[in-house]
Amino acid sequence: MGNTINAIIKKYNGDETRLMDILLDVQTELGFINDWTVEQISKSLDIPQVEILQTLSFYHFFHREPRGKYTIYLNDSVVSNFYGKEEIKKVFEEELGIKTGQVTPDGLIGLFETACIGMSDQEPAALINEHPFPSLTPDKVKNIVKLMKEKKSIEDIKGNKYGEGNNSHYLMRSLVNNNIREKGAVIFSDYTPGEAVKKIVKELSSTDVIEELKKSYLRGRGGAGFPTGLKWEIARKAKGDIKYIFCNADEGEPGTFKDRVILTELPKLVFEGMIIAGYAVGAKYGILYLRNEYRYMKNYLEHVLQEMREEGLLGSFINGKKGFDFDIRIQCGAGAYVCGEESALIESAEGKRGEPRDRPPFPVESGYLNKPTVVNNVETFCTAVKIILNGAEWYNKMGTKESKGTKVLSISGDCERPGIYELEWGFSVNDILKKAGAKTQDVLAVQVGGPSGNCISEKEFNRILAYEDLSTGGSLIIISKKRDLIKDVVLNFQHFFKEESCGSCVPCRTLTVIYEKIIKKIVDGKGTKSDIDNLLSWAAFMKNNRCGLGQTAANPTISTIKNFRQLYEEKVKGNIELFNPDFDENSAIKDYMEVVNKK
Amino acid sequence: MSIFVKFTIDGQICLAEEGKQLIEAAKENNIYIPTLCNFSGIPPKGSCRICTVLINGKPATACTTKVSENMDIKTSTEELENFRKAVIELLFIEGNHFCPSCEKSGNCELQALAYRYKIMAPQFPYLFPKRSIEAWHPKLIKDHNRCILCKRCIRGIKNEQGKSIFAYGKRGENLEINIDKETSKNISDELAQKCMDICPVGAILVKEKGFTVPIGKRKYDYNPIGSDIEKK
Amino acid sequence: MPNKKKIIATTSLAGCFGCHMSFLDIDERILDLIELVEFNKSPINDIKKFTKHCDIGIIEGGCCNDENVHVLKEFRKNCDILISLGECAIMGGLPALRNGIPLSECLEEAYLNGPTVKDANPRKIIPNDPDIPKILNKVYPCHEIVKIDYFLPGCPPRADLIWNALYALVVGNEMLIPYEVLKYD
Repeated sequence: MGNTINAIIKKYNGDETRLMDILLDVQTELGFINDWTVEQISKSLDIPQVEILQTLSFYHFFHREPRGKYTIYLNDSVVSNFYGKEEIKKVFEEELGIKTGQVTPDGLIGLFETACIGMSDQEPAALINEHPFPSLTPDKVKNIVKLMKEKKSIEDIKGNKYGEGNNSHYLMRSLVNNNIREKGAVIFSDYTPGEAVKKIVKELSSTDVIEELKKSYLRGRGGAGFPTGLKWEIARKAKGDIKYIFCNADEGEPGTFKDRVILTELPKLVFEGMIIAGYAVGAKYGILYLRNEYRYMKNYLEHVLQEMREEGLLGSFINGKKGFDFDIRIQCGAGAYVCGEESALIESAEGKRGEPRDRPPFPVESGYLNKPTVVNNVETFCTAVKIILNGAEWYNKMGTKESKGTKVLSISGDCERPGIYELEWGFSVNDILKKAGAKTQDVLAVQVGGPSGNCISEKEFNRILAYEDLSTGGSLIIISKKRDLIKDVVLNFQHFFKEESCGSCVPCRTLTVIYEKIIKKIVDGKGTKSDIDNLLSWAAFMKNNRCGLGQTAANPTISTIKNFRQLYEEKVKGNIELFNPDFDENSAIKDYMEVVNKK
Repeated sequence: MSIFVKFTIDGQICLAEEGKQLIEAAKENNIYIPTLCNFSGIPPKGSCRICTVLINGKPATACTTKVSENMDIKTSTEELENFRKAVIELLFIEGNHFCPSCEKSGNCELQALAYRYKIMAPQFPYLFPKRSIEAWHPKLIKDHNRCILCKRCIRGIKNEQGKSIFAYGKRGENLEINIDKETSKNISDELAQKCMDICPVGAILVKEKGFTVPIGKRKYDYNPIGSDIEKK
Repeated sequence: MPNKKKIIATTSLAGCFGCHMSFLDIDERILDLIELVEFNKSPINDIKKFTKHCDIGIIEGGCCNDENVHVLKEFRKNCDILISLGECAIMGGLPALRNGIPLSECLEEAYLNGPTVKDANPRKIIPNDPDIPKILNKVYPCHEIVKIDYFLPGCPPRADLIWNALYALVVGNEMLIPYEVLKYD
């Protein structure tokens, strides 16, 4: 085992900034990372054990005890629950004879839960040894457990009904479907890899590229909407000879899965966008930060990168141009939503805990390894390529005044056609409901932009998707009237934020716990009117957290109290403030009664 | 040669060296900006958020902000003071802070801030988390019940070989600060004392030491935290 | 000066009576106090049951058993204003040190396995008479059971703090809180 660990560390040249990769590889080899392993890594890298542990214990897919030869992570997202996750969980537990969070006594199979794995269009879903198993049914689960007990290989358990498109590529063999429902003129239009690179080498200087992007008014597609051309320009002008281009594929916002589909079908478009950014900014290195839930794509993506090297699109002298060198590596995450925040993502790629950094300095000035770093979303890079190919003028013809081009939307929840829709900015929520096959009269709410976004009611379904109106990173979860909004959605989201807080800022670390606790109290019928008022007023304290996660972590509660207050009031009706309805004497003396009645 | 810049805090004109930490620059101008996680001489982290101020109207932590010419800083707005109070209360309810039995009582910065803000009881529910006390170390006790996770020890303490002794573990509500068994093994008495002194609360204690100063003579019995800065 | 004397009740739940002792530490001001208020149910005058509705109820101690809960609820019903007096009432205080430990472990340590038990409990009985109060799973701050209107911290709260609070409440003035009288220990 010591040799295995040393070989892995050697592979990364004993570089402690590659600790994430070292830990991922060690866990893949040994199954888990115990104290002894931590000690070995600590000795080899010559850093204290507590510093290994602070990274290791941050990510929820790392574990220090065995989690089974087969490790099942059942998706606990809102949509997964809509589609019967509890029943699936029950069947898993019955078939395995264990509870969630446990491993079978023979050490063969472990059953755990995890936050949204990016499969909201095909729920309920689970990851088994990092392979997605979407659209689970009780029968499928029984069969999976049977095959696991027979110790079949994961390939045998998957069977051979792979998903469409590149999902069935021999390096992926994934059961996932793309569900592309509507292709637009930018991302999913015709594309020949390498043309944009050819064009810039022939016709455009690095400043020309940036000018074109600025003229296009392209704004970042991750949600914040920062102008891409400006970001690249700042990075280009930033001091330093080494610069980095990061692609943020840590798509963790529950309900979002567009990057999964783009990376599956158009990886070269993404990488070409990174190459162009490298050219424009003067960076020679790119890193694709891939969330652990999408690690099943890694071999396939590595293969694509190799192809691009062979095609002369990556490496030195790209397209024969002297000084145009660029290469890309893939950095996998290990389970932490907060790493989607750009500075946390950089920290993680440096082998540390995914804690957001204080700003300034911004990553464009001092990012990865303290060098100027551009971090853009998957979709942003793709869009940049198409703008370079077709020009800003072409791009500006689409969309609204302040939101040009198209947006790839992940639509899920209570509708007939969940999936990927690439639409011009400017569609109303009503238009989208129609496209997705949801009847407006059956829809209670639409969650726009994931838990950190906004939960809107019927009154606002005529609003349009655009930076100037309903801004979104691209997900819409449709919630029908048959759902209990507070229990099925708000409670799940608040639990999610509690689990995903890095814990560094006090308000986020503590109030996420309190919000979940009080929402639970209200759901249990034990809340009072003052609980609702408190939830509203405490949200102001969240604004002063360091990062976007913390600043928006009360949004599920706040936006639903604002738009659906009557639902809260129904749940607290009749409860008197004078006597806390949450205190139940019988349950408070239960432990005592058990002790004295034991014999 | 250092350049001095002019800026205002709550309308008061201030002067300080350009690029100085705002919290320190304010101190030089006799203005106290409350903080817990900041400690003079160690890199700031902005984790407690108590020193949040408005800089040209936008919230930012004073410990991580460098002063520049014409900065317009607000520190004592009602909203900010309510926020600070809330953070202090949140720190009380998220841990198990039994002041009457704590060795640091009277010298504790968290308690002192609560006194300064005249907090009678927190507005949030107590969480009573299950936390442990580590006593395996020959010289130190780590009481996780009292730890406010400010990272001062992580940032400010290295052993004689320059290696870290403390580090974070886990995340979110399970966040904790751990002591390294190897790097902390042979620390000197002086370093152990430094660990205890850098901790704003009673989470790191030197063994067999406690309640050395009688009630009435402790640091914050009569003098509010920050009053030394404001009095000058 | 109000026309009618305010009526006060006090009790000690899971406390040590230290808060009541500190109350008596207002010294000669107690003479002023009895001009302003009348005491009903309280250990100070040994009135065991409420005989009339009260204006102010002062609670020392948190709730560690069901009897504490009953008394506290009775106070809530019979008093317009409730004050949590001292750390135990506010946050459980030292009794709440057990809150991180399962009740069964506490009871077993206290009655079966503790080093001082030895042969004192030969029949290995954890007290279970139906007439003794039933212990709660944890020690509850009073405001987690009923609404509490004011809080006076300290272990015990300084006499000056208690006096200032009562005086302000009875007279209707704003309460004075000098720095040195607000302490948590």
